[in-house]
Amino acid sequence: MDNVTLDTLTDWLSRFHAAVTERRDYLTELDSAIGDAEHGANMARGMAAVMAKIDVARPGTVDELLKTVGMTLVSSVGGASGPLYGTFFLRMGIACGAVCELTPEALGSGLRAGLDGVLQRGKAELGDKTMYDALFPALEAYATAVAAGSGAPGAIDAAADAARLGRDATVPMVARKGRASYLGERSVGHLDPGATSAAMLISSLAAAMAG
Amino acid sequence: MVDPTNRVIYRATPKGAGKVALISGGGSGHEPLHGGFVGLGMLDAACAGEVFTSPTPDQMLEATTAVDRGAGVLHIVKNYTGDVLNFEMAAELAAANGIEVATVVVNDDVAVEDSTWTAGRRGVGLTVLLEKIVGAAAEEGRDLAAITALAEKVNAGGRSMGVALTSCTVPAAGKPTFDLPEDQMEVGVGIHGEPGRTRVALEPAARIAERLVTPILEDAPFADGPAIVMLNGLGGTPMIELYLMYGEVAKLLEQAGVQVARVLVGNYITSLDMQGCSLTVLKADEELLGLWDAPVSTPGLRWGI
Repeated sequence: MDNVTLDTLTDWLSRFHAAVTERRDYLTELDSAIGDAEHGANMARGMAAVMAKIDVARPGTVDELLKTVGMTLVSSVGGASGPLYGTFFLRMGIACGAVCELTPEALGSGLRAGLDGVLQRGKAELGDKTMYDALFPALEAYATAVAAGSGAPGAIDAAADAARLGRDATVPMVARKGRASYLGERSVGHLDPGATSAAMLISSLAAAMAG
Repeated sequence: MVDPTNRVIYRATPKGAGKVALISGGGSGHEPLHGGFVGLGMLDAACAGEVFTSPTPDQMLEATTAVDRGAGVLHIVKNYTGDVLNFEMAAELAAANGIEVATVVVNDDVAVEDSTWTAGRRGVGLTVLLEKIVGAAAEEGRDLAAITALAEKVNAGGRSMGVALTSCTVPAAGKPTFDLPEDQMEVGVGIHGEPGRTRVALEPAARIAERLVTPILEDAPFADGPAIVMLNGLGGTPMIELYLMYGEVAKLLEQAGVQVARVLVGNYITSLDMQGCSLTVLKADEELLGLWDAPVSTPGLRWGI
């Protein structure tokens, strides 16, 4: 039942592109408070490069699509988000393999492989005030919903809710990774820009599945 | 020589075969660092990122491959998460292509509390001194292991501290990164406008000098030997004010028993239009002073030629 198609994944990327472009100034504003005021511009530039690439030559399989996204982000974003988001898509692509659609379980393990890649590269832990704080609860919620018999759209809705809660939970955290960590206690009271864009990533997928 | 596609600056004349090559890179907005330090006696190539954003692994791989003279390549990386991650990916890719790469991560900013719970101290002014000294050693023909050990020695012996009188404005953001009232200053500011240790009312130069010198001397012993000192402008401060600041700094260093052997005053690692300055003190010895005095010919530093 309700497998996730290549078209849905492409729509996901397109919606994520639209989201970071629309909220570019907001992300940058969040980053000004505790970082270096570039997250919005970087994500918008990176996703624009991704859309330009996959519009020209539409990949025929899930792994080809996601690996193209990963490599494009790595080579066009810079900063910490380039390698982190890039690694997420690269690892997810490798895990999904050369298929044309994903079962709910396969989507879950693909997202999980992406998250493992982020963890390996960024070495963050829960509570460090990073994108991991949004993505980890999201994927937990997704796995729980799928295990309880939910289809992919329902599970990803639950994941998007969990990602938003995870994002909001970064406000009182003391940053321990990335540029915000230089602030120590002064990072408390601010939403983490990385967790914010990561929540957009999951809600864009939910929106793409809702159609 | 500029490669505009990959945004890499190379030497016009590559160094001879068998010598270790040095590359660095980072976000733009810190000029002359790093592009201005490409040339004889310093870097072989510099990768430029977007403003305040690390360059990407494909740029670094391109540069690493181009400058390798068969003796390996040292990556000089300022300690910021983005720079470290991107250079790490580039080093993995270069190693997969059979190029020997070593990495030194510069982390000299005493404004950041050194803790295993954070990303650690930022790489700031010491990067300039390290590129000069290690560049001279590479020119002598030392091997990659020796070059890397020297880079670690310089990194271990240097400390920096900065102060900002105004914020910088990232062009893409279009407004100041942080609000700093005209009558206040940010002590311990980072080169990207990251807030520092504390914010205080503006003070006379002599008192600002204390705020720079004291945390550096508290952090590492400098009184028992010669030192190389840099008083650096952050981009928006006139030279006359930098010289004036150096005068105050020099008095304090002398009182503390630091023997200032070499001095650099000017804009070497900037933060766009930020007004303010940073102080870097490097513990030196005969070896480091010899390498410091060796010929260098780059747009940003030139002597002995």
